[in-house]
Amino acid sequence: MARRGKIPATKYPVERFTLENGLRVVLTPDRSAPVVGVAVVYDVGIRSEPEGRTGFAHLFEHLMFQGSENLEKLAHFRHVQGSGGTFNGSTHLDFTDYFEVLPAGALERALFLEADRMRGPRLTEENLLNQIDVVKEEIRVNVLNRPYGGFPWLKLPPVMFSTFPNAHDGYGSFGDLDSATVDDAKAFFDRYYASGNATLAVAGDFDVADATAMIQRHFGDVPARPAPPLPDFDEPAPDAERRDVYTDRLAPLPGVASAWRVPDPIAGFDEYLPYVVLAEVLTDGEASRLVERLVQRDRSVTSIGGYIGFMGDEFQVRNPTALLLQAHMPPGGDAEKVLRTVDEELDRLVHDGLAPGELERTQARIATHLLRDTDAVLGRALPMAVLELQRGRPELLNELPKLVGEVTEAQIVTAAAALRPDRRATVEVLPGAAQ
Amino acid sequence: MTTKKLPDLVPDAKLKLPKQAERSLPGGLTVIAIRRTSVPLVELRLRVPFSKAPLPRATLLSQALFTGTGAMSSVDIAAELQSVGGGLSAGLDPDRLLITGNALATGLDRMLEILAAVLTDPAYPNAEVATERDRLVDHINVALSQPAHIARTALLKRMYGNHPYAVQTPEPEQVRAVRPAALRSLHADRVRPEGAVLVLVGDISPEKAIDAAEKALGSWTGPGRDESLPATPPLEPGPLLLVDRPGAVQSSLRMALPALPRTDPQYAALSLANMIFGGYFSSRWVENMREDKGYTYGPHTAIEHYLAGSSLMVAAEVATEVTGPSLLETLYELGRIASLPPGEDELEQARRYALGTLRLGMSTQAGLAGLASMYASFGLRLEHLREHSAALATATREQVAEVAAKFLAPTQAVTVVLGDAEKVAAPLSALTQVVRGTA
Repeated sequence: MARRGKIPATKYPVERFTLENGLRVVLTPDRSAPVVGVAVVYDVGIRSEPEGRTGFAHLFEHLMFQGSENLEKLAHFRHVQGSGGTFNGSTHLDFTDYFEVLPAGALERALFLEADRMRGPRLTEENLLNQIDVVKEEIRVNVLNRPYGGFPWLKLPPVMFSTFPNAHDGYGSFGDLDSATVDDAKAFFDRYYASGNATLAVAGDFDVADATAMIQRHFGDVPARPAPPLPDFDEPAPDAERRDVYTDRLAPLPGVASAWRVPDPIAGFDEYLPYVVLAEVLTDGEASRLVERLVQRDRSVTSIGGYIGFMGDEFQVRNPTALLLQAHMPPGGDAEKVLRTVDEELDRLVHDGLAPGELERTQARIATHLLRDTDAVLGRALPMAVLELQRGRPELLNELPKLVGEVTEAQIVTAAAALRPDRRATVEVLPGAAQ
Repeated sequence: MTTKKLPDLVPDAKLKLPKQAERSLPGGLTVIAIRRTSVPLVELRLRVPFSKAPLPRATLLSQALFTGTGAMSSVDIAAELQSVGGGLSAGLDPDRLLITGNALATGLDRMLEILAAVLTDPAYPNAEVATERDRLVDHINVALSQPAHIARTALLKRMYGNHPYAVQTPEPEQVRAVRPAALRSLHADRVRPEGAVLVLVGDISPEKAIDAAEKALGSWTGPGRDESLPATPPLEPGPLLLVDRPGAVQSSLRMALPALPRTDPQYAALSLANMIFGGYFSSRWVENMREDKGYTYGPHTAIEHYLAGSSLMVAAEVATEVTGPSLLETLYELGRIASLPPGEDELEQARRYALGTLRLGMSTQAGLAGLASMYASFGLRLEHLREHSAALATATREQVAEVAAKFLAPTQAVTVVLGDAEKVAAPLSALTQVVRGTA
C-alpha cells in the first residue's frame, strides 16, 4: 500500500444553541481577519414548491429582499453595502440561503436585517410584479439566451425522476411565474419561513458572548413558529436506462450528461462519501481516469466533469440525489461511444482497482479544495448553517478532509460497481447552431 | 409592530497588512511571499509579461503549458501536483501570461519544482499539443456562441481600433495553424523571468518560502523582452453599433467610457463615481433598471485596467422588448451623474462599500494572492492599499462630481448592442444614431 500522506484539518470552534422560538444558531469565531459572515438558511427549496408554481421557491427568495417590518424596499441592499458588505441569496433543491459578508463592525447590523425579514417580508403586488420581471431576465440570461442553458441541472432531473418535486424545472415556467400571487407568497412564508424551520450561522471576527447577546436582542422576539413536517421526497431509482435528447438552437457542439442515484447523503453518509471521492477519481484534472482516457487518449470529448448533486452541493443535499458526469464533445461527437467508454473505464476500475497512489493524491486534492473553501468566512457560515439544518452537525465541516481521507479503495470499487448502464439516466444535447 | 432602530456600525480598526517579504532573484524574477496561516495551504500566482506575443500562439501556449517537460508527461505533472494537494493552470490576458495554483502548504517545495520544470524544460509534445489545439478550437467555438463574448468582441474592436487590445480571442483557423515548434520558440523567447512576479500566500514563513522559490527557480534565467505597448487610443464615440443576433430574447447592451489608471490622484474619486452610477447593487443605475423597471437581472459596471490604458465598462442583458427604454435609462443616469453632484448620503454609502470590500478582498489567502499579484503587475505593492484607502476616505463630493463630468458623460460613450436587430433597431434609433455592423 502506498504511503498515505497526512491530510491536515481545520479546528474552527463551533458553538451551538437554540433560541426559545426554535431558531438554531451556530457560532464559529475566527479572528484572523476583521470580517464576519452571516448566513440564515430556511428548510425549504425547489422540491417543496407546489404543482402549478414551478420556480416559486426562487421567486420567493427574491421577495425576501424587497423590504420587511422596519425596512423599505431597497433598504436591505443599501444597509449591507453601506456597511461595506456584500449580500446574496440562493435557492437550492432542499434549502434557501441568505447571507452577508461584512467588516466585523457591521455584525449587529446584519443580524438586525436578517431578523427583520424573518419576522416578515413586505409582500406587495408591485414588488411581486417587479421581481417576476427580474426573475424572467435571470432565466433568459442563464437559460434561454445562451448555449447549454440549464444543461444538465434543469434537463436531467425530468429524465431521471418521476415525481413532481424531484423532476420539475426549479427556475420555473413563465406561465407559472406569471400566475404567482401575493397570497401564495404569504402562505409560503407562513408555512416554511418559520423560526423553527431555520438556522443562523455567524463566522469570523467576533466575541462569542457579544454575538450571543446580539442574536438574543434581534432574533429573540421573532415569533415562535414550528417547522412543518419534513417531507420525504424519495422515489424508486430507475430500474432501466432512461434517455432523452434535445436540440439546443444556440449550441455549437454536442454534449451528454448522465446521472446515477447514490446512497442517502445523510442517513447513508458512510456509503455516500465514497461516491464523492469517486467523482474526483474519475474527473479531477488531467491525471483522472476519464480525462486521461476520453480527453487525452481517445479525444472523444473536449471536456468532462463529475460531481454529486444537481447543483454541485454534495454536502448540502438530501435524498434522493445523484452522481453526475457531463461532457462536451467535438463536432460530430458520438454520445453513445462516450457512454460505452465510461462503462469500460468503470469496469476496469471495478476489476483492476486503483493504481498505487491514485486514491491518496485524489484525497489530497479534495482536502485542498475543502480547506480552501473554508478560508472565506462565508465558506464556513453557509455550510455550517446547512449542516446544522440538515444534520445538527455543523462541526462536520472540520471533519470532512479527514473523512474523505479515510475512504478506502474497496469502497471506491463498490461505488464504481453501482454505476451501471441500466441504472443510468442520460440526456443528450444536439447542436442546433450553424457551425 | 414596534419600530426598531438600525444598529450603529462599530468603526473599522486600522488597516492591517499581513507579514510579507520580497526578493529579486538574480535571473530577474521578483518573488513576494505573504503570510496568512488561516488554512494549511499555499496560493501561487505567477505573471509573466506577454504583450505583443502573437495571439493564436500565445493563447495555445497558455492552454498547452502543462502538456509535458523533458521528464514528465501531462499526466505525470497533474498526478505529481495532486499528490501534494496541488494544481496549476494558466491563462492569458493582453499583457501577461498568468499561472495560478494552490497546494497543501507542505507541498510548496514540490509545486515549485514542478513549476520550474514546466518553465525551464518544456516539451510541448506533438500529440498533446494537437489535443490541446483541438480543445482550444472547440472552446473558442463555444465562446463565439455566447452573447456576452460576441458583444465584448464587438466592443473591443470599436474601442481599440488598430491597438493590439482590439482582438483578444484568436480565430479558430488561426489556432489550427499553430505548430508545436512555434510554441517551443515562443516559450524560449517570452517565458522569461525578467519582469515576471511570483506571489506566494499562505501558511508559510515568507523568507523560507522565498528561499524555496529561489532554490527551485534559480535555473530559470534569460533576458525578457521589453515589449511595452503604446498607450490605448482615446475612445471615439460615434453612432451606436448594432450587431444582429436574430431571434435573441435579450439584447446585450455594452458601453465603454474613458477611465484613469489606479495611480492617478483622481482615481479614488472616479471609483466612487463609478460606484454611485452603476458599480454596485445599491447604485442609481442598478436600482433604476432592475428594482424599479425590471428590465434586467444583473447590470454592472467596472473599471477595467490594462497596462496601456484603463476604461469604464458598462454591461446589461435586457429583454428584447425593453431594449430602447433600457438605453434611455442608461443615458439618463449617465447624464445625471455627469451633470449634478452626488448626494452626501450616496457618496458616504459608496465610500463605505469601497472601503469595506477592500477588507473583504484581503480576508482570504486566494484574495490576497490575487490582489498582490494584480498590483505587482502594475508595479504596485499591497502597501498601495493604505494610500488608496486614504484617498477613498477623503474624496469629496466636488472631486467626485468633477471626474464624473469628465469621464461618465454619455457623449463619451462607445456603445454596442447585440440583439435581434429587426426588433430593436427602430426603438434604439429613436434615441441615438445607429449603425449596423458585425462582431
